[in-house]
Amino acid sequence: MATEILMPALSPTMEEGTLAKWNVKEGDSVSAGDVIAEIETDKATMEFEAADEGIVGKILVAEGSEGVKVNTPIAVLVEEGESADEAAASVEKAHASTHEQGAGHPAPAKVADEAGPGGQAPAPSVPDDPEIPEGTKMREMTVREALRDAMAEEMRADENVFLMGEEVAEYQGAYKVSQGLLDEFGPKRVVDTPITEHGFTGLATGAAMGGLRPIVEFMTFNFAMQAMDQIINTAAKTRYMSGGQMSVPVVFRGASGAAARVAAQHSQDYAAWYAHIPGLHVAMPYSAADAKGLLKTAIRGDTPVIFLENELLYGHSFEVPELDDYAIPFGKARIWREGNDVTLVSFGIGMEYTLKAAEKLAEDGVSAEVIDLRTLRPMDTAAVIKSVKKTNRCVTVEEGWPVGSIGNHISAVLMQEAFDWLDAPVINVTGKDVPMPYAANLEKHALTSVEEVLEAVKQVTYR
Amino acid sequence: MATAKSRKKSNTSKEDLLHHYREMLLIRRFEEKAGQLYGMGLIGGFCHLYIGQEAVVVGLEAAAEEGDKRVTSYRDHGHMLAAGMDPKGVMAELTGREGGYSKGKGGSMHMFSVEKHFYGGHGIVAAQVPIGTGLAFADKYNENGRVTFTYFGDGAVNQGQVYEAFNMASLWDLPVIYVIENNQYAMGTSVSRSSSTPEFFTRGEALGIPGEAVDGMDVLAVKEAGERAVAHARAGKGPYILEMKTYRYRGHSMSDPAKYRTREEVQKVRETQDAIEHVRELLLQGKHADEDELKAIDKEIKAVVNEAAEFARESPEPALDELWTDIYA
Repeated sequence: MATEILMPALSPTMEEGTLAKWNVKEGDSVSAGDVIAEIETDKATMEFEAADEGIVGKILVAEGSEGVKVNTPIAVLVEEGESADEAAASVEKAHASTHEQGAGHPAPAKVADEAGPGGQAPAPSVPDDPEIPEGTKMREMTVREALRDAMAEEMRADENVFLMGEEVAEYQGAYKVSQGLLDEFGPKRVVDTPITEHGFTGLATGAAMGGLRPIVEFMTFNFAMQAMDQIINTAAKTRYMSGGQMSVPVVFRGASGAAARVAAQHSQDYAAWYAHIPGLHVAMPYSAADAKGLLKTAIRGDTPVIFLENELLYGHSFEVPELDDYAIPFGKARIWREGNDVTLVSFGIGMEYTLKAAEKLAEDGVSAEVIDLRTLRPMDTAAVIKSVKKTNRCVTVEEGWPVGSIGNHISAVLMQEAFDWLDAPVINVTGKDVPMPYAANLEKHALTSVEEVLEAVKQVTYR
Repeated sequence: MATAKSRKKSNTSKEDLLHHYREMLLIRRFEEKAGQLYGMGLIGGFCHLYIGQEAVVVGLEAAAEEGDKRVTSYRDHGHMLAAGMDPKGVMAELTGREGGYSKGKGGSMHMFSVEKHFYGGHGIVAAQVPIGTGLAFADKYNENGRVTFTYFGDGAVNQGQVYEAFNMASLWDLPVIYVIENNQYAMGTSVSRSSSTPEFFTRGEALGIPGEAVDGMDVLAVKEAGERAVAHARAGKGPYILEMKTYRYRGHSMSDPAKYRTREEVQKVRETQDAIEHVRELLLQGKHADEDELKAIDKEIKAVVNEAAEFARESPEPALDELWTDIYA
């Protein structure tokens, strides 16, 4: 009985990868546990072991192949005496038919289908940005590359900028955001720390008070809760407590929010937590261009910055302008789509749902204006008010919890500043008010969805 | 390691002894005045006095060089005065006035001076330990030969972040001197009731940090130990721990029930171990000064403190606009 070997997922968010090397050839016998291949993604490299014993009947995907989708059959194991070609043909046929039926093989480990975030959706076109001069060349790059470029450029420009965190140097970043930085800048400026969040957050804060400009990578912001006292009580408040004498030019950056199937302790969205704190600046970019431009601004500033990234967005590609000095000011929202019927306000990965919803709405003849806040503190509420004065309706979209959310704040601001322009109550589309569950269906349900955004728009437009 | 004792005849110069005397006396008189102003309602909130512990900071400042940094907890008035900060600015911060170091926005626990390399004044127990370690990280990064004195108490030694900082300081050979001011009480909890191992100078052993216990009531012993620690750190050998055995005469803060120790215990330390009396005796016995000269110094210090108190009362409250400034760079 032939057994197919499928392209493995090395992490919950992996959707495709490179089959870097075969360690076996057709005709070789393998036992369970033998390393048969090496798989690479932009995040990691892993040795791939056989799970069954048998003979390598047919290699279906040649080594060096890039963009191999998870769960694609890459080889076929046969038993003694079995015809390799026949087995391979039947396997391929079976695979194709089960896929058509949408059953059989376990689904690739990804968060959502086309309707949700996390898929490697084609890059949405970046709207014209007034800050970019006409004729500027655009280059497609991932959010991950954009973040790295921002750090590298600022590190080249200022000797006092350095990066520290868990696995930022030799491992090249737990999510490969710092890939290559150790090679260029050396261990003095790309510093692997022990797993000691409270300690290194305080250390970086002290180093910033001492004149350096640290970038602290939290592997994810879930771990920054261990360091909350140093972030809030020291970094955010020192300037005020010192009567303006001492500033703390530090950037705390890393992934925030749900990734894929990592459950309650690793899936929290911290947008509202940090946006609450005077003394901090908070950025939560969606596109690669904004990630780059905002991170450069964050590193240059003298205010402590919380820079909230998203694991699922790291691999997304966007067009980034090729400018020598692309720094985007904080406190300025980006309008992705102009529209007249309803204002959709979001930020970070919430933009995935929002842009998709806006497209569907357009098909249905509803013209939605889509605002990406980009920074949550300072927050460009003026842009939201201006838009709502035009559309008279507003829906906010975020993955975080509903109580004390960013949406709540925007609702309050609109009530106070644009009450007479509102034709419907503002609706906050948010994640559900529960710890993040592990089960795939429950997790999907705990997050928000394009459907929920559409439903909210239906309500505020009385359709 | 035994507690270093130098209550023998001193060969310290007259100038040095007079300097120590003057500095310690300034702190004591300043703190007494602060206590008085607190009682009058001119100082609010929390106010933690340094009375009794003066030798620690004065001795260590005598071992420091220009450009060295210091950071401490909320019991910080003495550290600021010893670092050379203006008593007027410190007292005016205590009264919450415009003329204070933080323009009245920080208060007793939150003062800073870029000029005097004083990095606070931290209100959260042990938070200053990673901060001081980070200051030392910056000094090492800049290869400037400076060291950082990071002060904390016997209460702070049981916080986890202390050991996170110790580990990194030792791992990266950071030029930081950890000064544990063991005044024997964390608020009202004595060391024996809070710490499984009371020998705090050994707390860095597992991380490879040398330490020694010092008679923190003896300014000369403190200075000597400080010089050893500074030499170690400045030579690039990494952190060093000094456990200062000291005692606070007053309560933890101004509102202290005084139920956790006896009046006799406090009285005994004051009578037999007082740091200022010790130097006073050395000055008199060594015939470096007579009673009249010391009285003249007392008078001079009193005038400085009265002037500071006067300034702190006269300085206006901050303008209401100040509410909104200094939040962002």
